[in-house]
Amino acid sequence: MTTRTLLLVGTKKGAFILESDATRRDWSVRGPLCEGWPTHDLIVEPTSGAILAAAGSPWFGPAVWRSDDLGTTWSHSSAGLTYGDDGPAIKTVWSLAATPDGTLLAGVEPAGLFRSTDGGATWAHVEGLTNHPTRPTWGPGAGGLILHTIVPHPTDPMRTWVGISAVGVFETRDGGVSWEPRNVGVRAGFLPDPHPITGQCVHKFAMAAGEPDTLYQQNHCGVYRSDDGGATWIELTDNGLPSEFSFPLVTHPRDPDTAWVIPLNGADQGRYVPDGRPAVWRTHDRGATWIRADEGLPAEHAYLTILREAMARDTLDPVGVTFGTETGQLWHSADEGRSWGLVTDALPEIWAVESVVLDG
Amino acid sequence: MAVVLLPRSLLALFPGAERRHEIDGTTVEEVLVLLDARVPGIRDRLVESGPRLRPHINVYVDGERGDLVTEVGPTTTVHVIPAVSGG
Repeated sequence: MTTRTLLLVGTKKGAFILESDATRRDWSVRGPLCEGWPTHDLIVEPTSGAILAAAGSPWFGPAVWRSDDLGTTWSHSSAGLTYGDDGPAIKTVWSLAATPDGTLLAGVEPAGLFRSTDGGATWAHVEGLTNHPTRPTWGPGAGGLILHTIVPHPTDPMRTWVGISAVGVFETRDGGVSWEPRNVGVRAGFLPDPHPITGQCVHKFAMAAGEPDTLYQQNHCGVYRSDDGGATWIELTDNGLPSEFSFPLVTHPRDPDTAWVIPLNGADQGRYVPDGRPAVWRTHDRGATWIRADEGLPAEHAYLTILREAMARDTLDPVGVTFGTETGQLWHSADEGRSWGLVTDALPEIWAVESVVLDG
Repeated sequence: MAVVLLPRSLLALFPGAERRHEIDGTTVEEVLVLLDARVPGIRDRLVESGPRLRPHINVYVDGERGDLVTEVGPTTTVHVIPAVSGG
């Protein structure tokens, strides 16, 4: 059996697909794809193997792109991606996910959620989230009022979590009809009341392998873990991390105790890696301790910024971890984040990375 | 019938679509609805909620800037031109 590993990369100027084998040493590059549209997220539809891209053109508006031949040809649609003629115009699609019953979910700017049951050809507004009583209080983060993270429950299609900046985490347990904020214990240090019901600036969160009620979160104000499906969160920042501020967070595909983050120096200090020395930090004990790894990364004067969707891991053993930078470098580790190598160094500004393993 | 001329960057999104179309219609909006019947999805690329033309899409009707309600006649030429913007 031949293993193909793909990196789906979303950038400010289109999508790219990099391909290697199980060794993940040499990579070919294809792109720019999706007609150079700014691309915020890429996923593979589990039921079909199609690649889906969340994008928005400054000229032609938002769309979900779809390729059924691993990126050779593409179609696009925004049919139904609207709040109606009386609502605000949707600027871009920010995030995509598939629920266990095959439904696709798309998060957009301004923040809202849409669902598709036909592979992305048509979309319907999930009104329950937009109609949440807190909606009039929702305010944007620096990246806009965006629904950037969607975490479906792995087996229950009724349960899904979403992350909105700067609003926080919400969960539905009834397929999107009703939603509850899940932000207790998460600081909003930039507000007069640092513990509001909503208003937290979630940057990214992810589910632990095999533990649907265990969530890890990278926030504007710290790193957190929840052991109760987001009902309450425990802060992990002071367990050795150099900064509370970062964007991406990735969890291990098999070990619920392992996650990776890339701390930046601070929200108001440039938002690059501390001291210009990039490092990826990982925990193997649910955030109780953190290990710094910089082997192969620049030793100094590398003022890199890694955005919220720009880190991913594959499912091989050992796990491959990849991150992309705002300055177009793509770094890969084939040993679970212990050592790093440069894959390519001159892509456009990288906004999203997804890892895919194909067997056959 | 009005003549509608589409830009390259828009045609690139719809493989096989023609640059030049002859379409009956009394307003720009009506022309775009009829165009969408020939090229499904193309109206969504030009029109946002409101409905109104997307902010960086310009439509010229016989050389004058128009909008969705601009009247179109049988000898009208409609140019769809993306704004000079971006980076």
